[in-house]
Amino acid sequence: MSTAGWIVIAVVVVLALWTIWAFNRLVKYRNRAEEGWAQIDVQLRRRYDLIPNLVQTVEGYAAHERETFEEVTAARSRAESAQGVAGQADAENAVSSGLRQLLAVAENYPDLKANANFLALQEELTGTESKIAYARQYYNDQVRLLNTAIQSFPSSVLAKTFHYAPREFFDIEDAVRAPVQVEFEGQ
Amino acid sequence: MHEQIAANKRKTVLLIILAVAFTGLIGWLIGYLFFYGGTAGLIIAVGLALALSLGSYFFGDKVVLTSTGAKKVTPEQEPRLHNVVEGLAIAAGVPKPEVYVVPEVAPNAFATGRDPDHSSIAVTQGLLQIMDRVELEGVIGHEMSHILDRDILIGTVVATVVGAAILLSEIFTRTWFWGGGRRSNNSGGGDAGILSLILFAVGIFLLILAPLAGQLIKLSVSRNREYLADAEGVLLTRYPPGLISALQKIADAPHAMRAANNATAHLWLEQPSRVPGKDTSTIERLFSTHPPIQDRIKRLEEM
Repeated sequence: MSTAGWIVIAVVVVLALWTIWAFNRLVKYRNRAEEGWAQIDVQLRRRYDLIPNLVQTVEGYAAHERETFEEVTAARSRAESAQGVAGQADAENAVSSGLRQLLAVAENYPDLKANANFLALQEELTGTESKIAYARQYYNDQVRLLNTAIQSFPSSVLAKTFHYAPREFFDIEDAVRAPVQVEFEGQ
Repeated sequence: MHEQIAANKRKTVLLIILAVAFTGLIGWLIGYLFFYGGTAGLIIAVGLALALSLGSYFFGDKVVLTSTGAKKVTPEQEPRLHNVVEGLAIAAGVPKPEVYVVPEVAPNAFATGRDPDHSSIAVTQGLLQIMDRVELEGVIGHEMSHILDRDILIGTVVATVVGAAILLSEIFTRTWFWGGGRRSNNSGGGDAGILSLILFAVGIFLLILAPLAGQLIKLSVSRNREYLADAEGVLLTRYPPGLISALQKIADAPHAMRAANNATAHLWLEQPSRVPGKDTSTIERLFSTHPPIQDRIKRLEEM
């Protein structure tokens, strides 16, 4: 075969290999982003499950703080039916602020703060909130990789051909680590 | 990170080949010198070494956990630890490792296993007592990085192979001394003479092997990986002050570890044999499995 023929074959092989590699990379990032979203969902559900228990425990000591209880319960049910990444994030921020208020109420009742059941619930809540934060971090990292691959040339051509769309970042307030940071800076 | 994973897998294979070849050589020599033919000795020794290597690959984590006295804990027993481990597993995108606690007062931790699907994290009782949540996250983030980089694979295989070498070395040298004492009592000869000669030869081999094994640990477990795991751990927690403060607490802790064991020293977060409250000298630095803790803190502060 002529030299030109060999060059054509080499180019075709390299192109084919690149296409396989780039396509598999898109699939990998998309699957990881989906896994990340599923994990966020698991952790958010765990938090929804904790809220009625927490409200019930605090109610036993501070029955007259009805407004706070209603607020957090309402935020919870709104969040459960929220749609889309941005909508979910907004609803979760409301849940977080409701929970912060609930815990602030608990601060005023020393008996409640010493209650073993409350302490266990508080640990579960803190653990779940940090898992939400970590799941969000993982999801956003994967979305960043996916979106970069989709938008940058030449893999953007592949993305367009196979209908890969950029995903939305999940932006919620960091409820867990913010107060700790303040404490550290104060030292 | 991918280069790190590949390098660790390569090193593990190399280590196993070396261990098998070395044991095979000993077997061949014993057979050749004492049983009029080396082939049987070679086959037996290679078989044993292969079994040991496979065992260390599949059950090395259990051996390491048992030898350190680690006990598995449930989420009910240690809710905070379980929550932190699960959180960082989510951050790293790997399954949650099994969670163990070591009954030790000195604050320390290690990870073991062969890959992210088969991994365990163990922390000491002392660590749980003195660390707050963010510090614990810093420590677990560091261990999670060892899991991600497959440092646990090479570390666990080294621990089991070296542990077996140290154990054999002790058994043979003790038997040899004991046998030697008896030989001088009766003028002996015949079978007993051959047996003590065998033990003598094996003992010499293993006396050479034991310090070699120590060097092997140092070669395979580069101290740079501790800096790397610190940096990657912080990448997971996104909060360097947590790990900095944890390392400072470990440096300030007044207790040394009871179970300071040569075979597993390199696996721990901080070298178990290090005397607390004392600065490390240059010579110690050359022969240690871990970089000085203050250097690690300095590097984290610069990030």
